[in-house]
Amino acid sequence: MSAFLDSQSALFATRTPARHRQVQTWREAALAQALRAGFPHNKLERWKYAPLRALAGKAFAASTPAPTFDIALPPAPRLVFVDGRYDAGLSDTRGAEALHIGTLAEALAGDDERALALLGREFPEAEAPFAPLNTALAEDGLLIEAPEGVVLDAPLHLVFVHSESNTGSSYLRHKIECREHSRLTVIEHHRGGGNGLSNDLWHAHVKPQAHLQHVRVQGTGNAHTAFSRCDAVIAGDAQYTRLDIDTGSHYQRLELNLALQGRNALARSGGVLWAEGSGTLDARLSARHQAPDTACELLWRGLAEDKGKVHFYGGIIIDVGADGSNAALSNKNLLLGNKAQITTQPALEIHADEVKAAHGATVGQLDATALFYLRTRGVPEAEALALLTRAFYAEALAVIEDESLRDSVKAHLPAKLIQDGVA
Amino acid sequence: MLEIIDLHATVGGKEILKGFTLTLAPGQVHAIMGPNGAGKSTLGYVLSGREGYEITSGTVRFNGIDLNDLAPEERAALGIFLAFQYPVEIPGVNNTYFLRTALNAQRKARGEVELDSMAFLKLVRQKLSVLHLKDELLHRAVNSGFSGGEKKRNEIFQLALLEPKLAILDETDSGLDIDALKAVADGVNHMRSPERAFLVITHYQRLLDYIKPDVVHVMSEGRIIASGGPELALQLERDGYASLQAGAA
Repeated sequence: MSAFLDSQSALFATRTPARHRQVQTWREAALAQALRAGFPHNKLERWKYAPLRALAGKAFAASTPAPTFDIALPPAPRLVFVDGRYDAGLSDTRGAEALHIGTLAEALAGDDERALALLGREFPEAEAPFAPLNTALAEDGLLIEAPEGVVLDAPLHLVFVHSESNTGSSYLRHKIECREHSRLTVIEHHRGGGNGLSNDLWHAHVKPQAHLQHVRVQGTGNAHTAFSRCDAVIAGDAQYTRLDIDTGSHYQRLELNLALQGRNALARSGGVLWAEGSGTLDARLSARHQAPDTACELLWRGLAEDKGKVHFYGGIIIDVGADGSNAALSNKNLLLGNKAQITTQPALEIHADEVKAAHGATVGQLDATALFYLRTRGVPEAEALALLTRAFYAEALAVIEDESLRDSVKAHLPAKLIQDGVA
Repeated sequence: MLEIIDLHATVGGKEILKGFTLTLAPGQVHAIMGPNGAGKSTLGYVLSGREGYEITSGTVRFNGIDLNDLAPEERAALGIFLAFQYPVEIPGVNNTYFLRTALNAQRKARGEVELDSMAFLKLVRQKLSVLHLKDELLHRAVNSGFSGGEKKRNEIFQLALLEPKLAILDETDSGLDIDALKAVADGVNHMRSPERAFLVITHYQRLLDYIKPDVVHVMSEGRIIASGGPELALQLERDGYASLQAGAA
């Protein structure tokens, strides 16, 4: 056992049992699975690069939402969570009336057991302990539905404040569903600091002909530990567009699982992982083509400065029968410091005929000739370096085709990713 | 304006320039010709301050200022411009933004007022019309996906916009068809003035039909082995470099 699992098991023991017997059964089984699996170790391929020894030794108490904090909030419509709890006072749903928005806490207190089905999801042993721990301990989260045909142009902002004073662990379980022919854009903002832990698990369902654009901008400071996972299921003729922007010098594990389940389903995922200080940004992607003529495009950029570490794994699986599928993975990385570390591992598993699968992964430094070229035109070295760096990661932002959305995303990027002059 | 005396320079520990001497006055156009490996491009890089190109002895002065310790951007602000033989593609950096950043950085370094976007665009339009260029060039990333001709035109456009005192053209004619060559030469000729000097590095005489030099130098093995008027270029075209190299040896 580890101090971490001991503390989370102790946390579970203090919780009031769930009102719904079925939920309590799921929670107990999930906790048992997490404890049985134990804390992972670096010999496991999927945990090879995580700073596990340090993490295993950390105990986290219950999260205590801060009464006040000093963080600017994005405009309405917005939904705000503070240290793992929905804050109705800070939220403002004006402009999102067409959506059905609820919280997991409400569902747990209510009588509609169907809303709680997401907690019944079973996870394979390899995904323990963190996914089952989420089932055991998540008491809040968002349940969002875009009804059939609803098109919401303005992005819905989802704000997750991690206050400086909070050192506990928070678990959130979310579900977002876009019904047939709907269009929705959500932007997750993870802000704040402190040395707490967050474990977020999302279920995204994109129904036929629907389009969900899901942006996540994470800047949770230097001491936060984050486990973030999203399982997206994309139906026929539907599209899931995803952009992840991660900066910081803490530990973060991001798992993105894309299931392309219907003919012509499309997933486009872009990401920027920019590690600094002694932080580790550890991303694991899986795109699974389960139907014919499905397509995925994974466009990820990594940057590591100081002693920062970026680890990227991009797995593409094309199942039997998923003929005509098209998969493209590009992962380019930039080492910006002598002690920085980057690993990249593309993995293709193809069981169908007549598919297109392209992958490219590089780790390198900025192009010295391009730097010289800019300087001969009078651009000072520091500015030229910044310009080339921005141009490098900006490629990942291109997964968002809608220029106005891209502009509004840029307005929320961390300061070091300011986008002036990037084509 | 430019005074190079007995210049020796190494690249990766290997001596490439071996006693290069040249004086260039404002308003003049000097051509530097020579076979492959003579050190022509190295000269361009040494003058513009490329990392890894080490001056081991000799001096390079620009309007009396020793260039040796100056960074490329400081040389640019003094008014030195290098048109690249292979202009670098920089995906993701918008051409207009790049040009404005470059121009304003130079103006700032010289203590001049920076141009706001309105004033800059006005200047850009004026230069585009003089050079008969399409403004489509501006909206793309720097040289990214440009044809060979477009890249060279973009170099000349930068030259027109930055208005340097000394322009070094490194094999600007290479890879150009005759129409593109004429367009580039027109641009250069348009920029000729009593205050501006050009150092035209070329492999072939052809470019010099369009950009008439005052002096032609022949370079071989890292130094100048012959200098003369435009007729020297014609002689080279007729007899090849070998005759001069044999004479110099």
